[in-house]
Amino acid sequence: MGSLTRRAFGFAAAGALATSAVPRRLRAETPKLKVGVLLPRSGLQAFIGQSCQRGADVAPELLRQKLGVEVELMNADTESNVDTARSRAERLIEQGAHVLVGAFDSGHTAAVAQVAEQRGVPHIVNIAAAPQITEQGYKFVFRNFPPAPEIGRNGLVLLGDIFREAKVQPSTAVFMHVNDTFGQSMAKGVAALLPTLSLPFKLLDTIPYDPAAKDLTVEVSKAKATKAELLLLVCRLNDAVVLRREMVKQRWSPMGIVSPGSPGLYEEQFSKGLGKYAENCITNTVWFNPKNQLTHDFAAAFKKKFPKDEFAFHGINASYTFDAILIAADAFKRAHSTDHKALAEAIRHTDIPATDRVSFGGPIRFNAKGQVEGNRSVVLQNLGGKPTVVLPKDYAEGKLVFPMPKVG
Amino acid sequence: MPAAATILNVVVSGILTGIVYGLMALGLSAIFGVVRLVNFAHGELMTLAMYGAVVAFQKLALDPFLSMAGAAVLFGALGYALQRGFINRFVHRPEHAQMLLMLALAIIVGNVLLLAFGPDARNVQTSYQLDSFELGPLLLDKVRVYAAAAALVTTALLGAFFRLTLTGKAIRACADNPLGARVAGLPVAHLYAVTFGIGAATVAVAGCATVQLIEVTPGLGPAYTLLAFVIVIVGGLGSMVGALLGGLIIGLSEALAGLLISPSVKSMVSFGLLAVILLFWPRGLLGGRR
Repeated sequence: MGSLTRRAFGFAAAGALATSAVPRRLRAETPKLKVGVLLPRSGLQAFIGQSCQRGADVAPELLRQKLGVEVELMNADTESNVDTARSRAERLIEQGAHVLVGAFDSGHTAAVAQVAEQRGVPHIVNIAAAPQITEQGYKFVFRNFPPAPEIGRNGLVLLGDIFREAKVQPSTAVFMHVNDTFGQSMAKGVAALLPTLSLPFKLLDTIPYDPAAKDLTVEVSKAKATKAELLLLVCRLNDAVVLRREMVKQRWSPMGIVSPGSPGLYEEQFSKGLGKYAENCITNTVWFNPKNQLTHDFAAAFKKKFPKDEFAFHGINASYTFDAILIAADAFKRAHSTDHKALAEAIRHTDIPATDRVSFGGPIRFNAKGQVEGNRSVVLQNLGGKPTVVLPKDYAEGKLVFPMPKVG
Repeated sequence: MPAAATILNVVVSGILTGIVYGLMALGLSAIFGVVRLVNFAHGELMTLAMYGAVVAFQKLALDPFLSMAGAAVLFGALGYALQRGFINRFVHRPEHAQMLLMLALAIIVGNVLLLAFGPDARNVQTSYQLDSFELGPLLLDKVRVYAAAAALVTTALLGAFFRLTLTGKAIRACADNPLGARVAGLPVAHLYAVTFGIGAATVAVAGCATVQLIEVTPGLGPAYTLLAFVIVIVGGLGSMVGALLGGLIIGLSEALAGLLISPSVKSMVSFGLLAVILLFWPRGLLGGRR
C-alpha cells in the first residue's frame, strides 16, 4: 500500500464515481425495463425451458411495436435445479433486474418467489402450477398461470366433453403421475375433484413415479395389470417418452392416454421421438387463444425469429412466457418507473382485456393473492404429428379421435 | 397382490436390467481391483460411449449393437492413453488426489458433451426398438434381451481373458501383489494401462447396449457412476463376478420393490440394501475373491 498516495487514491475514487455515474445518467435518458428471465434452459427440463425462452425472445420487439415500451431481457439458466434457480434470481437482482419472470418448474418458481419477496422485487410467474406459490401472502409475486387444482378441474371437466363428443366412455381408469412438486399438486387436485365431477369411470389405481426415471418398466406393468380402459397421465417430457415406449413394448393399448393438464404429450420431442406412437395422445390444457389478433402477431413474430420452429409445439410455453413479459411491460408503461414497489403496485392493478393477451382465458386481473383467475383449457390431440385443438368446438382445428386406434 | 404373469414379467425384466447394470459396473470393478483407483468418471465415460453410438447411428446408420466392437476398441485405446499418460502419475498419490483427478475428468467430459451436443435428450431409433418377444404370458423387451446377451458375452470374454491369456494372468498378478509383480519384472505401468483400457472398453459396450433403453443427456453421468458404485459395493469392490451379482440383486430388488411396494421406493431399496450389506459384509458379497 506504500506506493498509493492520498492524491492518487483521490483521483482513482473520483474516476470510479464518474464512471459509475455515466450509465445511471444514460439509463435516465432511455427508460428501459430490465426483465430477468429465469428458465431451465439446460438439464432435465432444458427442452421446455428453451421453448419458453423463445416466447421471451420474441417479446422485446413485439412489445416495442404494441406498447411503445423498451424491454431488455436478462436471461438466466436455472439448469433445472432449485438451488441454481435461487442463486440466479439473487444474481439477476444484484445485476439490476427490475422484474423477474419465470421459472417454469413449480419448485424452481417457489425458490425464485421467495428471493423476490425477500428482496422486494416483482416476480411474474410465467408457468408454474403449484398452488402454494400464490398462497403464501407474498406481495411481490404474481401469476397469470392457473394453479394445479384449476388446471386439473378444467382438464377433468373437459374429459366429460371428450366422452360426450366421442359418444364412448371408459368404465375404468388408472392415474399415473410424476412425484415432483407439480405432479403431487396435480394428484391432490385430481383426487379431490374426481369424486365431485360424476365422470363415468372408476379410478382403479394411482401410480406415482420419479420424473427422472430412466426405466418405467415396473410402473407400466403395474398400470397395465389394472386392465384400466383409460390412462390418466400427469407427466413431464422425458418421462412421457419413456413411458409411452414402455407401453408399446408391453403392448398395452388403453382406450385413451389423456393428460388432465401437464406438459409432455404435446411437445415436439414427444412427437418426433415417438412418431406414430405419439399420435392421438390427448392433453386437456391451457393454450393460446387462436382467435386473438395479438396471437396472430405473436405467431408471425415467432415464425420470423425462429423459422425452423413450428409455433404449435411452443404453444403454452411461448405464449405464457410472452404474456408474463407483457404484464411487466404494461405495468412499466403505467407506472412510468422502474422502482420495484411502483412496478409491483402497477402489476397489482393490471387489467388486460381477454382479447389483448395471447394465452387463452378471460381478462388478466390479479386477485388479492396475486393470482389471475379464469384461464381456460382446450382439448389438444396429437394429429398428423402436431398438437391440434379438437375441443371446444368453437376453437377446434381438427376432429377428435377417441378411442385411440391400436398401434403395433 | 399382482397377478402371477405381472410378477413374472417384472422379475424377468428386473433380471435383464440387472445383467446390464452388472456390465456397466464391471469396468469400475476391474479398474479398482487392479489399479486400486476409483474411477469417478465412470458414468461420464459411459455417457460419452452412448453419444458415440448415437453419432454412429445418425451418420453411418450403424446399429448400436454392431457399433459395440468399434466402440470397445476406441475406448480401449482411449483408456490406455489416459492411464499411461495421465492417471499413472496419480497411482501412488493419496486417495483424495486420485479422487479429485477423476472428478475433474468427469466434469470435463460432461461439459464437453454439453458443448458438443447441447442439453437436449438424444436417442437412437431402430426398427426393433419397441418390439418384444412373446413367450406365453411373458413379454421380453427385445433390446433388453440383446443388451443382457451382450453383457453376458462381454463378461465371459473378460473372464476368459483374465484366466487364459498371459497378459490377463500378469494383470491378476499385479492385482494380487504389485510389488512382487514389479520384482518379477512385469511392466506394471503398461499392465495398469491395459486394465484401464479394458475397463473403458467395457463401459463402451455398456453404453452401446443401453443407448436404446435410455434417452441420452450430458448430465447422465453422475447417476450412473453412483449406480455402478452401489452395485460394485454390494457385489464386492474388485470382484468381476461380484459386479454381475450386484447388478442382478439391484435390478431385481428395484423391480420387485417397485411392483410390490411402490415405484417411488425403488432407489430407497437399493440404497437400503447397500447399507445392510455394508453392515454385515463390509467387503461386499464377493469382496476379496477374484
